[in-house]
Amino acid sequence: MKYMLLLYGDPALDPTPDSPEFGPWMEEFMTLDSRMAHVAKVLSGEGLQGVETATCLKSRGGKVETMDGPFAEAREHLGGYYLIEAANLDDALTFAAAIPVARTGTVEVRPVMNYG
Amino acid sequence: MTPDQALEACLRAERGRLLAALIARTGDFQRAEDALQEASASALVHWGRAGVPHSPQGWLLRAALRKAIDGYRREGAASRHQAAMLALGAEEAALPEAPEIPDERLRLIFTCCHPALEERTRVALTLRSLCGLSTAEVAGVFLDAEPTMGQRLSRARAKIASAGIPFAVPGPEAWGERLGSVLTVIYLIFTRGHALGPAADRDLCAEAVFLARMVNDLHPGDAEAMGALALLLLTHARAGARLGPEGQTVPLLQQDRRLWSRDLVKEGTTLLDRALLLRKPGPFQIKAAIAALHVSGDGPDWHQIAALYARLQDYEPGPVVALNHAIALAEATGPEPGLARIESLGPALEGYQPFHAARAEYLSRLGRTADARAAYDRAIALAPSQADRAFLAARRNALPAD
Repeated sequence: MKYMLLLYGDPALDPTPDSPEFGPWMEEFMTLDSRMAHVAKVLSGEGLQGVETATCLKSRGGKVETMDGPFAEAREHLGGYYLIEAANLDDALTFAAAIPVARTGTVEVRPVMNYG
Repeated sequence: MTPDQALEACLRAERGRLLAALIARTGDFQRAEDALQEASASALVHWGRAGVPHSPQGWLLRAALRKAIDGYRREGAASRHQAAMLALGAEEAALPEAPEIPDERLRLIFTCCHPALEERTRVALTLRSLCGLSTAEVAGVFLDAEPTMGQRLSRARAKIASAGIPFAVPGPEAWGERLGSVLTVIYLIFTRGHALGPAADRDLCAEAVFLARMVNDLHPGDAEAMGALALLLLTHARAGARLGPEGQTVPLLQQDRRLWSRDLVKEGTTLLDRALLLRKPGPFQIKAAIAALHVSGDGPDWHQIAALYARLQDYEPGPVVALNHAIALAEATGPEPGLARIESLGPALEGYQPFHAARAEYLSRLGRTADARAAYDRAIALAPSQADRAFLAARRNALPAD
C-alpha cells in the first residue's frame, strides 16, 4: 500500500544550521531511506520552504482569489512529506516514528486513494 | 430449540471465531461482518424450514463464504477480486460437514485493539466482534444511541480496511506495547461492567474474564497477560460482596468475606504466583498483587500495598494512582500525613469522586466533621452510580452532629 506521510512541525523547534544538533539531525533525514528499508520503500520525499513563502488560491464562480501565506494561525505547519510503499499500517507507522519530526511535531499517516 | 434460539446460542459462543476465520479468508473486516450478517439472516429461513443443522457454526461458515463471494459479484468487482473469489469458492467446496474452525481470534483482538483506533472504538469493536454483543447492546454500554454506535463501528471497520491495519498478531518488537493495548481494553470492559453493576443486560465483567482467558489460552506464558487475568479474577471474586442489602456499595474492608468466591481467589493467586516467577514485571502484575493483598488472610498489609502503588507509578504516573498510593500510606502511617498527601492532589482530581470520598474519610477520622460533611456532599454529587451514592450518603449521615 502507498502511504503519504505529512510532516507537521514548528520550525522554531528545529535545530538551527549553526547549532551542534543540526548535523546529526540532517543525517537522520538523509539516512532514513536506508535505515528503514526493511519496513518501507521511499517513493519520494521533500522538505518545504517556510509558510511565509506560501500562496493559497481558490477559484469561485470563475474568479480566482489568491492569498498570501497560510489561512490559519497555527503553531504546527506542514513542513514536508514522504510518499512510501509499505505492506501495512504497522510498517508505515514504524517508518513514521523514525522521522525526526515525530519527536517535536506530528506525522500524519494517510493511505493514498486507490482508483484501480 | 427454535431456530432463532439456536442461532443466538451459536453466535454468542462462536461469533468471534467465525468472524476471525472469515476475516482471515477475505482479508476484509467489513466484508466478513456483512457476510456473517447475511448468513445469519438466511440461517433463520433455512433452519426454520429444514431444522437446525448438525453443526450450526459449520453451516454459518459455509453460508458466509458464499455470501462473501456473492458480495464481490454484486459489486461488479469480480475481475479485481477474481483470485479471492476462486480461493473462497475452493475453500467452501472443500469444507467438511462439521469443520473444525481454526482459532484466529488472537489476530482479531489485536486488530480490534489497534492503537490507530480511538480507545472507545477499540472497546466497542472488541465487544461487538469477540463477545458477540449486538450493536444495540454495545451502544447501551456507552449510553450511546444505537445509530451513533453503528456509525462508530462501521467507520472503524472501514478504517481498518482502507488504512491497511493488518489482521495479524504483532511481532516481538511491538508485542509488549500492543499487548498492553489489548489488556487495557479488556480491563476497561471489566471496569465498565463494575460501574454498570449487575443490573446491566450483559455481564461485562464476565465478558472481560472471558477475553482475558482467551488471550491466555491462545498465547500462553505471557507474564502481563497472566497478571491481567489474575487481576480480573481476584477482583471478580468479590463481586458477591460488593453490594449490601439496600444496593449500596460495601467497601472492601467491611465486606463479608464469606461471600467472596474462594475458587476465584485461589485461581487468581495461583496464576499471579506463576506470572511473578517469570520475572517480567509490568503494571497488570502489580495491580494483581495489590488485589491479592486486599483479599489475603489477615487483612491487607498497607505498607506492602503502598510500596506496590509506588512501583505502579513508574508505569502510570497519573494522579489516580498517586491517590491510591496516598490512601495506602494513610492506612499504613495514619490519617494526618495521609490527608496532606491526598489534598496535594486536589488540583488534578477536583472532578474525581474517589478523591472527595477519600478526603471525607480522613477528615472524619481526624474529627473535622464539618469539612468531612462538605467533602461527602461533593463526592455524592460526583458519584457515578446509585450504589455509590447510597454508600456515601450513609457515611455522611453517620457523622456526629457538630
